Order: sequence, then structure tokens, then C-alpha cells
Amino acid sequence: MTETRPSGLLKSQRFRQAREDDWRRLERLMDKAEKGSAAKLTDAEILAVPVLYRSTLSALSVARETSLDQGLIDYLETLAARAYFFVYGSRTTLQDRLTSFFRHDWPKAVQGIWRETLIAAALMALGAVVAGWLVIHEPEWFYAFVPSDLGGGRDPTASTASLRATLDGTDDADGLSVFAAFLFTHNAQVALLAFALGFALCLPTALLVLYNGATLGAFFALFASRGLGVELGGWLLIHGVTELFAVVLAGAAGLRIGWSVAFPGQKRRLDAAVEAGRAAGTVMGGVVVMLLLAGLLEGFGRQLIVDTGARYAVAAATAVVWGLYFYARRREAPHVR
Amino acid sequence: MSVEPVRSSSTERAFITPEGVDLRLNIGDAGQRAAAFMLDAAIIVAVLGAFTLIIILTGIGAIGAAGRAGAEMIAVLWLVVFFLLRNFYFTAFELSAAAATPGKRIMGLRVASRDGGRLRAESVFARNAMRELEVFLPLSVLFARAGEGGVDSWMYLLAFVWAGIFVFFPLFNKDRLRLGDLVGGTWVVRTPRRKLTRDMADDGAPRRTAYDFTTAQIDAYGAKELHVLESVLRQGDRKTKRAVADRIATKIDWTRDPHQSDTDFLSAYYAALRGRLEDKLLMGVRRRDKHDV
Repeated sequence: MTETRPSGLLKSQRFRQAREDDWRRLERLMDKAEKGSAAKLTDAEILAVPVLYRSTLSALSVARETSLDQGLIDYLETLAARAYFFVYGSRTTLQDRLTSFFRHDWPKAVQGIWRETLIAAALMALGAVVAGWLVIHEPEWFYAFVPSDLGGGRDPTASTASLRATLDGTDDADGLSVFAAFLFTHNAQVALLAFALGFALCLPTALLVLYNGATLGAFFALFASRGLGVELGGWLLIHGVTELFAVVLAGAAGLRIGWSVAFPGQKRRLDAAVEAGRAAGTVMGGVVVMLLLAGLLEGFGRQLIVDTGARYAVAAATAVVWGLYFYARRREAPHVR
Repeated sequence: MSVEPVRSSSTERAFITPEGVDLRLNIGDAGQRAAAFMLDAAIIVAVLGAFTLIIILTGIGAIGAAGRAGAEMIAVLWLVVFFLLRNFYFTAFELSAAAATPGKRIMGLRVASRDGGRLRAESVFARNAMRELEVFLPLSVLFARAGEGGVDSWMYLLAFVWAGIFVFFPLFNKDRLRLGDLVGGTWVVRTPRRKLTRDMADDGAPRRTAYDFTTAQIDAYGAKELHVLESVLRQGDRKTKRAVADRIATKIDWTRDPHQSDTDFLSAYYAALRGRLEDKLLMGVRRRDKHDV
């Protein structure tokens, strides 16, 4: 019989005693790391963690096969899981992450959904043209496309003079900055919704983008009918280039997800969704930034730059910057993860 | 003989690390997820409330000084803070090393990548952008006006059902994935902490010599009974120990010496049984319980 060894100890006991110090050391390091950040660990400790993690993991495998000490196995499982999340967790600094995001990841992801971007842009243009045409022929249609809280008093009953006044940045006594902030958060939410709705097989996203275009078209038709088309163009496009582009991208990201859920091809539906979700998620991370920039342009740029020509210049400049940033050929990026 | 590990609970899932070891993580159940979300929502509301209060307190002066413009400034600030909280609270916390919002951390949960790899930033973006569909859209449906009758209320009902599907989506799949998890390729797992407990064989091994169980007596039980015995010894309740000791003694035909305490007897038997079962384990035979021969 093997149980009557001179030491009287079981194999599993000796196994545990030989390794216990390492486990406790790893546990102490994890306690320390979880309390603060990884920055609290010294270099030597950081280097020790992966080694201790792998030895704990192998001890766990051995213990599962040879030991019946349930307390030990439970302990090793939780310890290995904690160390796993540390070792495979994100340890790149926020700065590295942001740098690589803006330098490579985001433009690449945007390039990756160019087909959907074209579709979303076409949908928006279609909505704008149809709504504009309808409003020109029958102004009553305006109310169908523009929700009353968005109109802010700009509707077919308003006089040409008062419409012109809303386009002047200086005349903002009537709570226009609140209105701008509201409009900005509203548009950001529309963009996020356009993305999230893509999951429901594209259709709601397409409708939302179409509707967004329709609102735009209705506005434009109203102002154009009073001979204010050029001024409205400047007023809208100074931030609209950025904002509409962001909405189009969000819609495109949603379309990508919906499309891959509907038609996963060779992959499993769930895997296809995850893959599309990651690509689209990267785009969305950037879209929020674009919307912030658009909000700044809307809030400050539009109030400070009143001249229509200058507004168009800013709009053209943003269009060129975004176009180059996303679609210009760039040097092969070193692979950073 | 490698035996499929018995899943100890309905929340346990295989989670293979890149090293090829199954960590057997437990996913957070619906109740924990809901509680974590409630905590986060409460935190957001509390922050907004505190912010509003501060703004009102400092704002009174601003209004006095700047009139309408001051009030406008306050409204703009409020909208912006609300926007930031709504869109960045979850993402920012889940991108941190803990991969959990304060609510999740309190509930002992964290976000992990379903494929066992690193949790990536784009997954976190995707999983939280979907919140728009799961939380804010249903909320706005809920507060939309419903009482106008006719087609409108039917539309409302439809929207309500439709939104409800997204809200209760986690209840309809076994991994408790919400839509965001589905699209982001993530899931939410429990991160328990355990202290290393004493090895119960440490007490038993020295006492082994006083008890000479025969092989037949030791072979009466399997691993399942061993684990029950382990927890009985750990809890150390006197009555339970007495009852268990009596049962074992009857089962293995052991005549109890009145001088030997229940604890001595039980821990000696525990050590003997564990030694025997572990020896078999080394030979590749795992005896699950007493019925397994």
C-alpha cells in the first residue's frame, strides 16, 4: 500500500506544500494589482506575474487530475482566472491605445465599410431629394418630415425675414445655444440609434437614415423657396459636413451588422455578427468623436463665422480633411494591438 | 481515462485560455446583471443630481450676473454632462483594467471576451453602443404618449413589444448575453475571490497510524462522498460530525473506540479515503461516488 509512507503525507499534500508559496505570492501580487493599477507593481513583479500565472495554471491542470482536495482546486481556479485577466487584460496605456486608434484602426475600419457608406449616403440623399421635392410642391408636407421640437419656429408660416434671422449667428438671444446643444445630443443619439438598429436586419437603420435625409431636404426646400438656399447651405454645412458624415458612417456600421446577421455566408451567424460588430464598433468609437467636433463647430464656429462664403470655406475644408484622413492611401502601419 | 468534468452548476462555462486550460468560469446570472445595471443607473442619476445641485447653487450667482445667458449656459452644461454620462460611463469603465463598471465590480462581475482572448476596445464600443437599443429606446417608448387611442396606441403597443424583446433578450439565451454582448463577442463572468483553505488531510495524515482501516473498508466510498466529508470537517459542526461518523462506522463495520473523538475518526478516514482514491486517480481511474465501481 502506498498510503503508509514514512512522512505520512499524501502525494497531493506534498504537491501542494511544494507550490503553496508561489501561489500565495501570485495572490498577493493580484491583490495589489486589482486594488490600484498595474502601475503599482514594480518591474520585477510585473515580470514575475506571467511566470507565476503559467505555473499556477499547470498546477491547476495537475491538481484536477491527481488531487481530490476540493478547496485547493477551487482556490486555484479562481486564482488562475484572476491572473488570466491580468496577463491577458489590456495593459496598453490609454495613450498608446488612442494613438493607434486614431492613426490606424479607425481609418482602416471606415475604409472597410466603404460599400455600406455609399449606400447610407445614397439613402440620405434620396430622402433629402424626395422630401425637398414634396415640400416645394406642397408646403404642408414640411410638418410630416420635421418634428416640431426640431423646427424651432422655422416652418412655412414663418416670414422670410424671421427665417433669415435664424441663419444669423449673432442673433442668438432666443436660447439658440441651448437649442444647439439639444440638437447636438439629439443628433448623437440618432447616430447611435442608427447603429444599434442595424442589428434588426438593416431595415430600421435604412429608414432612420432616409428620414434624417428627409428632414434635411424639407428644411432646404423651405428656405430655398424663400430664396435663402445659399445662406442655409452655409449655415448647415459648416458643421453638417462632419455631422452628416458621422450619421452616414453610423448608419453604414449598422448596415454592416444587419447585413452579416442576415447573410452570414460561410460563417456561423453568431460569429459573423461578432466579426461585423467589432469592425462596426471601431467605427462607432470614432463617430462619437466626430459628433463632438461637429457640436463644437455648430456651437462656436457657426456663431463666430457669420459670412456665408467663409462658412462654405470651412465646410469645404472639413470635407477635404475627413476625406483625406479616411481614404487617402497611407504607409503600411506597423501592427499594433 | 480522462473523464468529462461534471459541470457543477448551470452557470459554469468552459473558458479555454490560450494555454489550453479550461478555467471553468461562472457567468453572471440575470439577477446579478440586473442588480449591477441598477447600481450603475443609480450612480449616473446620483451624479447628475449632484451636478444639477452644484449648478443650481453656483448658477444662482451666474443668473444674477448674466440674466438669460447664465441660465442658458447652465442648460447647455447640463445637456453636455448628461450626454457624456449616457455615452461614456459604461465604455470608459469597461475599458479600464478591471473591465467592469462600479456596479459590476460591486456585484463581482467583469466583462470578458467570449473566445478567451483579450478584451478588445472595439468590443467594448460595440457592446455599449447597443445600449441605445436596449435601454434608452425602450425608455423613450415607455415615456411616449400612449393615451390617444386609434392607430397610435396600436403602434405604441407594437413598439412596446418590439422594445421589450431587446430588453429581455438576456433571458432568452443560456449565456445571458444581451444584444451588445452578442455583437461585441463578449460575456459577463463572475470574478470570485477565494482564500486558500487548510488542507483537511493535514489533520488526518498523522492520525492515520491510529486507525488501520482495511482496503475493503476504505473502498466503501467515492469522490463525491469524500467532498461531502471534507465540507463536514471544514464546517466543524459537532452534531453533524457525530451523525456522519456514526453512518460511516455502520457502513464500514467499524467498532468505535469510545476514547476516539468523532473528529479524529473522521479526519483519519478522510485521509485514508483520499489517499486511496488519489492512488487510483494516478492510475487513471476516477471513482465518482460510491455507486461507481
